[in-house]
Amino acid sequence: MALINDLRKGSRFALSRVLSQVENNTPAGLQALDELFPFTGKAHKIGITGPPGSGKSTLVNALTKQLRLHDREPRVAVIAVDPTSPFSGGAILGDRVRMLELQNDRGIFIRSMASRGALGGLSSQTEALSQVFDAAGFDFVLIETVGAGQSEVDIVNLAHTTIVVDVPGLGDDIQSIKAGILEIADILVVNKADRPGADQSRRYLKAMIEMGFRPLASSAGKHRMAPALQKDETETIGEQEALWLPPVLKTIASQFEGIEQLVTEILNHQHFLKSTGRWKQKETWTLREIVRKRIAGTLERDFFQQLPAEVFEAQMEALIARKVSPTTAVKNLLTYNQKSSKPQLSE
Amino acid sequence: MTEKKIRVLIAKPGLDGHDRGAKVVARALRDDGMEVIYTGLRQTPEMISEAALQEDVDVIGLSILSGAHNALVPQVIRKVRENGQTDVIIFVGGIIPEADIQGLLDKGVFRIYGPGTDTHLVSKEIREAVKAVSQVD
Repeated sequence: MALINDLRKGSRFALSRVLSQVENNTPAGLQALDELFPFTGKAHKIGITGPPGSGKSTLVNALTKQLRLHDREPRVAVIAVDPTSPFSGGAILGDRVRMLELQNDRGIFIRSMASRGALGGLSSQTEALSQVFDAAGFDFVLIETVGAGQSEVDIVNLAHTTIVVDVPGLGDDIQSIKAGILEIADILVVNKADRPGADQSRRYLKAMIEMGFRPLASSAGKHRMAPALQKDETETIGEQEALWLPPVLKTIASQFEGIEQLVTEILNHQHFLKSTGRWKQKETWTLREIVRKRIAGTLERDFFQQLPAEVFEAQMEALIARKVSPTTAVKNLLTYNQKSSKPQLSE
Repeated sequence: MTEKKIRVLIAKPGLDGHDRGAKVVARALRDDGMEVIYTGLRQTPEMISEAALQEDVDVIGLSILSGAHNALVPQVIRKVRENGQTDVIIFVGGIIPEADIQGLLDKGVFRIYGPGTDTHLVSKEIREAVKAVSQVD
């Protein structure tokens, strides 16, 4: 495929077209993913999630600029996901408004994505898009989720490093020990830290994290593993006991404050993942999820392709009339699938 | 497979600071099921063509109230075409004097929508135009 060759040679036009094909799940898109797969597995994927208005896009803007300042001038891709309207199917993708400064740097590529009905904070094709960027040679892929509440945690299946962005004044210490979004953080950021209550928010978050790491935190002074890893010989720490204690940082993304430290922690985390075998573990997990989802998707598609619409509708009518239960309807339809030569349904 | 979504970039080139019209159109296209990338105020033609390239949009809507349309619009069109996006549809909204309209249309603008245009008309015409282009490839 000519487009793939151009993409590998650095054509931004080809990259953009392939991203669309993949996002739309077209046959060409699937073929592109197949051809690109051997070149994936190098990019560091970083998820940025948090409630609406917490400053995710502004943080991504600052973070991308800071990453570009690194000696090696890494290439940075950004995937920014915004929600699709459940009523019209349309979407306003407005994350670029906060990233205008990045527009003139050819080492950066920003792609907006609508969630298209997926509920976990991403779109069903976000992972696939990150693979395309990976194969196109981007060193970092930043993935900004839709404004997330408490359970939009899909990002964790995809990102090597997950940054959860919080802002002062969003809740007390009970909020911070609930399961969900805070739990998935590798790095916690209290953004808009010039607002009142920033230190209190940071304390709550720190307390929550240390609660989960009690035994480790007791070895006072040394309880941040990543800096320790960098100083000591990494081989001495086995996979079992190596733990990452998520740092809690204060930032003011709009003024570029705290961003350098955030990048340091991201690189610390990358080093931690690579030196403990967690990087590979995460990759395995992500790939396993991809295959599971593909199987589910393929089976569903094949099933509905061979099922005549009228058979499905007949079961729906029986269901609405309360003649069959949903369980029975499913059983009937699945049985139909298995004996597809037989046109009659069992009552 | 889901039907292909129409992707639209709404941008404001130049220096005027009023984006209400741009937002009304963005909202109307969203309500018609399109994916609208909104980039905000004070964009240069380079920024707009770069965003259009990265987002692989089908349509670009330019809102201009400053009077600089004869300078800015042809620059955007040229840069977008140079990037290889030959089939992108470009429309203009805002305050465009009657005398300038034909000149812009001749340079490749699809339509010019002035104040008071029915937004349903905008989304209908855009949808038809995108359909016509994609049937060609």
